[in-house]
Amino acid sequence: MLKNINVSLIGNPNTGKTSVFNLLTGLNQQVGNYPGITVERKAGICKLPRGVKGHILDLPGTYSLNATSLDENVVCDILLDKNDPDFPDVVVVVSDVINLKRNLLIFTQIKDLCLPTILAINMSDQMQQEGIEINIPDLEKELKTKIVLLSSRKNEGIEALKEAILSYQNLDLAPCLDTTTIDKPYFENLQQAFPDQLLYKLWLIITQDANFSNIQKNTIKDKGEFFTKNKNELKKLQQKETIKRYQFITRALKETTTVNKAEAKGLRARLDRVLMHPILGYLIFFGLLLFIFQAIYDWSGIPMDFIDESFVNLSEYVSQKLPNGVLTDLITEGIIPGLSGVFIFVPQIMFLFFFISILEETGYMSRVVFLMDRILRKFGLSGKSVVPLISGTACSIPAVMASRNIENWKQRLITILVVPFTTCAARLPVYAVLIALVIPENKLFGLFSYQSLTLMGLYLLGFLSALLGAWILNGYLKVESKSFFVVEMPAYKLPLLKNIALNLWEKTKSFVIEAGKIILAISIILWVLASYGPGDAFENAETIVKTENTTLNKEELAREISSYQLEHSYIGYMGKGIEPLVAPLGYDWKIGVALISSFAAREIFVGSLATIYSVGEEEETIKNKMKAEINPITGGKRFDLATGISLLLFYAFAMQCLSTVAIVKKETNSWKWPILQLVIMTAIAYGSALIAYQVLV
Amino acid sequence: MEKTLAELKKGEKGTITTICTEQLPLKLIEMGCLPGSEVTLLQTAPFSCPLYLNINDSYLAIRRTMAEKINIKISTTYTN
Repeated sequence: MLKNINVSLIGNPNTGKTSVFNLLTGLNQQVGNYPGITVERKAGICKLPRGVKGHILDLPGTYSLNATSLDENVVCDILLDKNDPDFPDVVVVVSDVINLKRNLLIFTQIKDLCLPTILAINMSDQMQQEGIEINIPDLEKELKTKIVLLSSRKNEGIEALKEAILSYQNLDLAPCLDTTTIDKPYFENLQQAFPDQLLYKLWLIITQDANFSNIQKNTIKDKGEFFTKNKNELKKLQQKETIKRYQFITRALKETTTVNKAEAKGLRARLDRVLMHPILGYLIFFGLLLFIFQAIYDWSGIPMDFIDESFVNLSEYVSQKLPNGVLTDLITEGIIPGLSGVFIFVPQIMFLFFFISILEETGYMSRVVFLMDRILRKFGLSGKSVVPLISGTACSIPAVMASRNIENWKQRLITILVVPFTTCAARLPVYAVLIALVIPENKLFGLFSYQSLTLMGLYLLGFLSALLGAWILNGYLKVESKSFFVVEMPAYKLPLLKNIALNLWEKTKSFVIEAGKIILAISIILWVLASYGPGDAFENAETIVKTENTTLNKEELAREISSYQLEHSYIGYMGKGIEPLVAPLGYDWKIGVALISSFAAREIFVGSLATIYSVGEEEETIKNKMKAEINPITGGKRFDLATGISLLLFYAFAMQCLSTVAIVKKETNSWKWPILQLVIMTAIAYGSALIAYQVLV
Repeated sequence: MEKTLAELKKGEKGTITTICTEQLPLKLIEMGCLPGSEVTLLQTAPFSCPLYLNINDSYLAIRRTMAEKINIKISTTYTN
């Protein structure tokens, strides 16, 4: 019985590498992070013939082994470190048939590390269409490798790939390029100093900025002289190396492949002319956006209601089945509502990622990046920030996750930091209630209602403050980051359903688990704080309320009791504690409590107010109740224009979403950024609410 | 005729002669932007940045500042 085989999948972006990974592993995938960094680690198990198991690692897409980003460091690191548990027994370089020349660059680099390497040429179904012919046996000889033709779209060639992986020990280990030819004196010197080391490996270790395989780098550093070449000289040698590799590849392909350009169909050119058109391109893009948001709001409404109701039913069911007691209360009033607060966002997240993965799989997203780059760059963002900014109007969590595509760290960080300003779906219920309360129903010119104009204004405010925030951060942030913009425009492709489904499954699972843990914890804490109180007032709420209100019917009495209890619970006292702080904004302790509780998630605000004003969950009744509230100091309405606008502004700017804090922590791998974000956004929220109230009151 | 890549007009084709290696990322060379490569300007975004190019059969978008550091020789001009 053979041992398990470690397989690394390596290749350029857009080669369908992940499709190959999906075909090899199916649902046997584990997605996590590499230890200590936020680079996604995708691994899976593949059943190879004759009972052998393959451990497949899908390494981040990269154009070469000359790493310029964290993602690419990972690739280098694994290939250079024999002791890494992921060190491959065999490397499968996935290439696509159309860009074979460019794809072979990294192939020759890996060959020169003398690793067993298989070349998998993907998208072979497009060969005919593109007028490409390859003499496989000859090319195998030129490249000293085994070649497998694959079509992940048509599910062809996978078995041949598995066979090739299984017999990896027969692969030719000869390198493609003699490393010494790059610069003879330098490399001969280097080899003399380390006679038992592979020359190309030494070269890679010397040229990479990253501090990986640390022991090896230090041992070379001790011999100092090989670092006498300065950065620019090294870069020149790297360029020379790249040119030499291209010469080798061009020669190898010249003998073995023919491309008949006349047969190539001009699908790309025709689509590009429309989709990247200086006017039409933008119209199509904004039209698509409108459609997508409309679809997300429309389509996710029904499943969200269903999830909401299911959890209410579950809660009722559990409370009937379990004996009365603290534990049951905790489950039905703390844990289950907490879980529903996680699951209720699942439909939105799934629809959003569905559309985003379609935009990405088809190759359209790169076109949008192209269209928007110039505009967004003015604000310190990248063309690639488009996706997160747009996703943010549904939910900041997937939006922050979507910022991974931005390879410039500063632009990515700015994007992550400003995304929560965009008006997410959770703000909508808060806005809806408050606008209905304080904005008159009149119409401007008898056409546009003030209420819907206010709502639109709030959306606009979200976008503008995100852009303004980016602009300010761009001036202040001092983050070391190489800035260059080279975006590949991939060929247009029909999206593969399997890839989209796996992507949705993965993103949803990670949201539910990661955000879920935190939301759950907070909701339990809130429940405890709201369900217990110090002293007798809380304990004897029932008798106190009953003696004070003798005329109420049973239902009204129950509401009064829970309201009284809340007032004398820990959270009630906390609300009163912060009252001096929120009073200048025009809020009383009850609004204060709603504010505290909605720091976990904004949409809790309405629910908290509903409990505080001791009414049912229907928005209509809570509106009336809120309308009826009197401000004891002024004698006027509690929710007048000043308080209303102040609250609207507070919710527009405050980062009241623990899930976002959690995801920002995860994506930036530091507490510094989410805490900074939380503090600054809360400060802006407080300041603007304060000014608005003091001016309007 | 020597020009920089940034001066290329839409639809024009050229051959890269020299590139300002110190100021360009290695990545660009890795993507096939080498002396001797053929390059076509396919499209530009409004205000002529970024540029959408076909270099050595790679389809790339780069910013104008980068294109200014690449020298080319115009080979053919489409008249349309």
